Amino acid sequence: MLNYIWFALIIIALIVGAINGKIEDVTKAAFEYAGIAVEIAIGLIGIMALWLGIMNIAQEAGMVKVLARAIKPISKRLFPEIPPEHPAMGAMILNIAANWLGLSNAATPLGLKAMEELQKLNEEKDTASNAMATFLALNTASITLIPATIIAVRTTLGSADPAEIIGTTIFASGCACIVAVTATKLLQRLPIFRIEKTVTESADKESINDSKKGEGK
Amino acid sequence: MFGKIISFISVWAIPFLLFIVPLLAIKNKVKVYESFIDGAKGGFDVAVKIIPYLVAILVAIGMFRASGAMDIFVKLISPVTDFIGMPAETLPAALMRPLSGSGTLGLATELMKEHGPDSFAGRLVSTFFGSTETTFYVIAVYFGAVGIKKTRHAIPAGLIGDLAGLLAALFICKIVFVS
Repeated sequence: MLNYIWFALIIIALIVGAINGKIEDVTKAAFEYAGIAVEIAIGLIGIMALWLGIMNIAQEAGMVKVLARAIKPISKRLFPEIPPEHPAMGAMILNIAANWLGLSNAATPLGLKAMEELQKLNEEKDTASNAMATFLALNTASITLIPATIIAVRTTLGSADPAEIIGTTIFASGCACIVAVTATKLLQRLPIFRIEKTVTESADKESINDSKKGEGK
Repeated sequence: MFGKIISFISVWAIPFLLFIVPLLAIKNKVKVYESFIDGAKGGFDVAVKIIPYLVAILVAIGMFRASGAMDIFVKLISPVTDFIGMPAETLPAALMRPLSGSGTLGLATELMKEHGPDSFAGRLVSTFFGSTETTFYVIAVYFGAVGIKKTRHAIPAGLIGDLAGLLAALFICKIVFVS
């Protein structure tokens, strides 16, 4: 999927850019965004370390497990493949809570921690598992309780009631979330989205060894 | 009132976590400092691991934006949005939403400068800006962190969610702000 979208974005950009006489802007943007990508990643290091540290304390103190047990009735349905008391569950709950509260500095590190835990349970290491896709849907279509950024913009632009869009945002984001999660549950059964199992057993072992080597580096 | 409660929770959630986690850990005889260091060690690896994925996605999106290809898509889709009663001026921001958060915010700000934040179009972009996340960014970062290359149904599901968010925003804004 990403192969086609990525290719399409670049080809369309180059063709349309050439026609519009903006080819220099397109080239400039390529270099500029490559830099921005690294800046974003480097900027993550500090907060990532902070939250992974706090998460580790919470895990060793047994708190993540308690939290995971508390929402077992919901998590069992959303993530039937994940054992309810697996560390993945605790990290996912904290990520979702941070997202809903608009704490993006905490949400991303916790979300990445959850992905790492989900990857431990994933059999095909280069392929998204059903649980990962569902978790991603909860993130890409996350419920927003306080749209802080846009309220700030509206305030600067002199809105009579900058916060009036809170209610409509909660409604719209709630719909988006329910639809996205339902979509993952339906789409995961379609043949084109089936997990491609590695063909032979020896190849299987090889890929596991490779991924272990990769982690060791 | 509801807004105040939520912003109170938002402000206090992190201080509370930073207080309660070490406290309960000490009570359970966890060596908090050492445990923190053990966990924090992973921060660098994760951040570095996502770099190639982020570069790939952001470069493609940046090129797409700079080429002006968005205008063509706006023209192609505008009959549909006219039909469902979505103001034409909000369409560029709507199409940008899954690709770029900062791009959408820029377009939304421009729109509100021109039409006013309290216009219908202003309220509509404000609503759908907050109603979904930047799908492609989230997918690049989250899958990149664990080296997933085959994303299966994650992108279609995310985009369906974006579309649902947009339609729900239009629907609720018409009910709340028009009549």
